[in-house]
Amino acid sequence: MQKKVLLGNEAIVRGALAAGVDFVSGYPGCPSAEIGEEFGRIAKENGIYAEWAVNEKVALESAIGASFSGLKSLVNMKSFGINVCSDSLFPLAYTGTKAPMVIFVGDDPSCHSSAQSEQDSRGYAYLSKIPVLDPSSPQECYDFTKLGFDISEKFNIPVIIRSTTRVAHQRAPVVFDIPIKKEFKKGEFVKNPHQFCTMPPRVMEMKTELLAKLKKIKYFAEKSKANQVIGKKNSKIGIISSGISYFYVMEALQELGLDLSVLKLGFFYPLPEKKVSDFIKGKKEILVVEELDPYLEKEIMRIAKDENSKLKIHGKDLLSEVGELNTEKVCIALSKLTGKKLAELKTKPLILPKRFPKLCDGCPYWYILPTIKKIAPVGTIFGGDIGCNMMAGLPPHNIQDYLFSMGASMGISHGVSRSTGKKVISIIGDGTFFHAGMPGLVNAVYNKSNPLIIVLDNRITAMTGHQQNPGMGKTLMGEDVEMVKIEEVAKACGVKHVKVLDPRNIKEFEDAIKDFLQKDEVSVIVCRLMCALLERRLKNNPDLRKFYGNPQN
Amino acid sequence: MVIRKTNTKNHMETFNLILTGVGGQGIITLVSILDEACLLQGYDIKSSELHGLSQRGGSVVIHVRFGKKVYSPMVSRGRADLIISTELLETLRDSHFADLKTIFLVNKHAVGFAGYLPESEILEALSKMAKNNLHIVNASEICKKELGKDVLAGVYLLGYASYKKIIPLKPEFILKAIEGIIPEKYRGINIKAFNLANDN
Repeated sequence: MQKKVLLGNEAIVRGALAAGVDFVSGYPGCPSAEIGEEFGRIAKENGIYAEWAVNEKVALESAIGASFSGLKSLVNMKSFGINVCSDSLFPLAYTGTKAPMVIFVGDDPSCHSSAQSEQDSRGYAYLSKIPVLDPSSPQECYDFTKLGFDISEKFNIPVIIRSTTRVAHQRAPVVFDIPIKKEFKKGEFVKNPHQFCTMPPRVMEMKTELLAKLKKIKYFAEKSKANQVIGKKNSKIGIISSGISYFYVMEALQELGLDLSVLKLGFFYPLPEKKVSDFIKGKKEILVVEELDPYLEKEIMRIAKDENSKLKIHGKDLLSEVGELNTEKVCIALSKLTGKKLAELKTKPLILPKRFPKLCDGCPYWYILPTIKKIAPVGTIFGGDIGCNMMAGLPPHNIQDYLFSMGASMGISHGVSRSTGKKVISIIGDGTFFHAGMPGLVNAVYNKSNPLIIVLDNRITAMTGHQQNPGMGKTLMGEDVEMVKIEEVAKACGVKHVKVLDPRNIKEFEDAIKDFLQKDEVSVIVCRLMCALLERRLKNNPDLRKFYGNPQN
Repeated sequence: MVIRKTNTKNHMETFNLILTGVGGQGIITLVSILDEACLLQGYDIKSSELHGLSQRGGSVVIHVRFGKKVYSPMVSRGRADLIISTELLETLRDSHFADLKTIFLVNKHAVGFAGYLPESEILEALSKMAKNNLHIVNASEICKKELGKDVLAGVYLLGYASYKKIIPLKPEFILKAIEGIIPEKYRGINIKAFNLANDN
């Protein structure tokens, strides 16, 4: 047993180690990347295999293969990752696992580090019928990861740990076990098409089996210590909360000097309905404190219909559905509900010139973005994608006309170019190209549109903190591997006009843009120059070459 | 020492610290040191930080709370006991966490951009806001001059806060935390930066 201050995500790693994880796969994103990174450093010495997959769908599928071969697995991804992997997530609920599997999903309320949407991934519980646990603290990140593996082992079902930025990037003391060193476990695949194949009509039986399984898990959830009642037993007003919101509730109660009963739910799905109905019995009003979507609120309304039909249920009438919650917002809601006066706050955020995130000093994109802007004719449409190249949309560049999800620039640029007949310049990074850009490229070639695709190949997945990708010659665990060359992929996809260059050769780059803008077919320019931050890190700490090799080549 | 009593029956005492600056100024390392020092000194501790997009030269704010028992990792508006800032304008950006009693410890250092406010305007706003609780220190300049690295400014400020007792954390615990957290190669220079504030 040890006590240490850990980041929520470090506690997830500790929990998985304590549970005896064998196989770790994921795709880096914010706020989840630290999990895979830590495994990259410690996997070998702990007898674990860890990888960055090319995207979250493949990451999940790799873990499914591991689970079917008898290895305990952990999958890690950010919120949007679960969208990408959902196609395989749903059948996984049907087949179930053979060896236990925990899937970590990091949501980012308030979109601190997320373009795209303010996603509440808890909703996937209903779509997939996979149990979801919702930790509040690094200690719970550790405890719930272990619990997740236990549930998965007991019921042969994957378990999702759904965290948020304020939990994943929260530091606090954690008490954890140091596991006994284990050897690499070799999996064994025992054929069992009855379990592993979702062919109809078997798939319908599987659904029935899944629903029966969920009943049992619900019974387990009712008795689990992950759900707790805190505070005064019989207050007329009760609070139901989970995740980080629970802490805001406790702070707000202190702040207002209130003593109310609080039901803290560690199980989001399946919901311990008996526990909830016991809690709401005899209460007059309930405040549901949850971030983003009113999932719990709706469930509690449904339960109250039978148990306590006079109960007044508050939630999104008093708390915003947009943005993170905080103690102040919960104080205001509680003050409205209880009539307790709040001290007036005089300080307000000042209106100041905004500091936009910007490209780092020496970033290769400083050569690329201004050159594109200079050469592109007035009125050029610019496609944008996820990663450091998102900065193309910020001053002083301002060359981004749409930004969606990983790899989406490929499809949208094709659609715009097909629809308007106009030349589109589409910008994408190397990591994103591998993640989901490739199918879009094939589609653009196949369906005969003509965007100019500029791949900003900085030799690393940079925005999330330098994670290895298929283009740079190293795996997560630091093994050497053949570099997948983007220009060769493009050629193999049927792109006839392909150019690779060092963007410092501005004249060459300018000429290539001018030339390719005239083409009636898809063209690809690969601008290859290592991320300046990575270059500095490697210079300051040559030991890092163990994990990064020599990505410039 | 300024630990403020919150308005509660339990008289819980929590010290609320805001660390603010710009991505790339080493603030995340600073919070690891602080957290470890708190644990060594026997406090409960929670902190909250952001990674990713905001780190790329954007505004960074980190919340650190320590005391007997801490629930939320976030400091509420108007509740900071201390704001340590490694960048002038960012101090103003997070000034809504302050009230009249809040102490400001500010690095006199600007990381400019197009549209940045004149330094005199920032300093004037700060002195109005913090009155007698304002410490403006040339941390970046001193660290650059004495140690050749202005990125050590944060550790310098931490030393300043600890030696001048504006944070209830003893230098011995912070030094021990630095030893545990900073890789050997940079340990010596970080300890120097921390102690520099005691000499000046």
